[in-house]
Amino acid sequence: MDGSNTPKGKSVRNFSLNFGPQHPSAHGVLRMVLELDGEIVERADPHVGLLHRGTEKLMESRTYLQNIPYFDRLDYVAPMNQEHAFCLAIEKLAGIEVPRRASLIRVLFAEIGRVLNHLLNVGSQGMDVGAMTPNVWAFEEREKLMIFYERACGARLHANYFRPGGVHQDLPQKLIEDIEAWTQSFPQVLDDMANLLTENRIFKQRNVDIGIVTEKIAQEYALTGVMLRSSGLAWDLRRAQPYECYDEFEFQVPVGKNGDCYDRYLMRMAEMRESIKIIRQAIVKLNECQGEDVLARGKWTPPKRTEMKTSMEALIHHFKLYTEGIHVPAGEVYAAVEAPKGEFGVFLVADGSNRPYKVKIRAPGYAHLAAIDHLGRGHQLADMAALIGSLDVVFGEIDR
Amino acid sequence: MTEALEELKSLIEAKQADAVHRCEIAHGELTVHVVPAAIPAFVEFLRVDPNCQFTQMIDITGADYPERPKRFELIYHFLSMRHNMRVRVKADLAEGEIAPSITSIHPSANWFERETFDMYGIRFSGHPDLRRLLTDYGFTGHPLRKDFPTSGYLEMHYDEVEKRCVYRPVSLVQEYRQFDFMSPWEGAEYILTGDEKAEAK
Repeated sequence: MDGSNTPKGKSVRNFSLNFGPQHPSAHGVLRMVLELDGEIVERADPHVGLLHRGTEKLMESRTYLQNIPYFDRLDYVAPMNQEHAFCLAIEKLAGIEVPRRASLIRVLFAEIGRVLNHLLNVGSQGMDVGAMTPNVWAFEEREKLMIFYERACGARLHANYFRPGGVHQDLPQKLIEDIEAWTQSFPQVLDDMANLLTENRIFKQRNVDIGIVTEKIAQEYALTGVMLRSSGLAWDLRRAQPYECYDEFEFQVPVGKNGDCYDRYLMRMAEMRESIKIIRQAIVKLNECQGEDVLARGKWTPPKRTEMKTSMEALIHHFKLYTEGIHVPAGEVYAAVEAPKGEFGVFLVADGSNRPYKVKIRAPGYAHLAAIDHLGRGHQLADMAALIGSLDVVFGEIDR
Repeated sequence: MTEALEELKSLIEAKQADAVHRCEIAHGELTVHVVPAAIPAFVEFLRVDPNCQFTQMIDITGADYPERPKRFELIYHFLSMRHNMRVRVKADLAEGEIAPSITSIHPSANWFERETFDMYGIRFSGHPDLRRLLTDYGFTGHPLRKDFPTSGYLEMHYDEVEKRCVYRPVSLVQEYRQFDFMSPWEGAEYILTGDEKAEAK
């Protein structure tokens, strides 16, 4: 309603609306106070912290090994990608070399995590604007991937699989074969989802030209990951600052043209196809190094079970490692990974004891949600749902 | 990578001599210690200088060292996509000292500064809206300070009689575990049971 329609003698004031915290398209526990002029959003003030568990404080009183599970509980749709950043930070400080097979397994599961995340996001972005079916199909695939998680580490969601110096256990060969078989069947599911969404009239009407991100906005608001790349900047940490062994893999970095919600949907679909390529390459490489060790043996990691049966030193080592834990040398590092949502960083301050002195978790969704006030201004109330969907917010990582 | 960092280090030292205390490179990362008052000018320099172009503000956080005369460290991380480099900027702050806000240079700093205020009680001058962000409505104290107990002071529960949520002081049935497994010969600061007898003799 603009000023010209105002009846004479009546004053029109803006309307404040509480969006969430129990609104289904708030993707969790987002409470957003919207200031509306008619149906146009004038200001969005997200109130976050309803899921704040004080992860960073809790980590200060626990050993490094006990802290890894906290990372699964941040962005719980792609748990292993977070563990990865923490392990990289410890390895950087302690100077641990990761064995090749462990490195490949990490890449494999980081990409599975990316597919897990994008499946959920594309599905729920569809559901936010009224498409029910793709979401259900996506969850079916997610279920398969979570079973892969379970077969690797025993847990469907909270994996606790990556360790400083490698991964907890080797993968069974049958699991690698099953993942390979899944990469053959999965593109068909992606095609089916794309058939329902990509040219869907309603989906396009709700997403095209909504929440446009330009290069300038992306830099000013510290957007990373898909949000940044939708503006056309081809910046991917896997490419720009290769960690693990990503420099060996061939993959494309999809970029957007218009920077709107629809572009981001297309990019996530494209990224899943790229992840499939990486997974296939990783499997080929894994088959070349069957039976190799997956942990850097030494004081940082537990001894082998067989050794513990015969060697007293190995037994003592095992006991000390799981009670006292590792002593990471004093120092400060920042390690970042290209998590599915963007740059996930861990700033770790170690004081030489068995517990971190300070940990700061830099979650990509935090910066993205902070930008919603800017991105959402001037849009209609209904567009906010689509925008939140494409921002890819998960409150585990935003509230920490 | 290291040569590029060395170059950047000498450039910063030469061009911003007034603002910078010292620079150091450790673990392949450059850390610049600056004077708190010079933060906005220095950050602007990092953003616009053609050899820096740290246009992406990645993170702001604090760190608490209660034993130091200036107990807080304010820590910024910046990323330059053009030069593919990162830099960490640090400033020491005493308790109650106010840091200048950089929201006018990097709008993304808004929430990060709010969080730093919330967690450490570091206040920022020139911030448009310095409210608490992550903690509860009406929360008191700054949780990430080292003198703040991990269990907090208040807990909330639903009261059957009053039919609403009420706050009460925290009562733990079991003492909070600190996981202090340091060997008593190396790191223990507590007195072991029986130690006082040895003193008495």
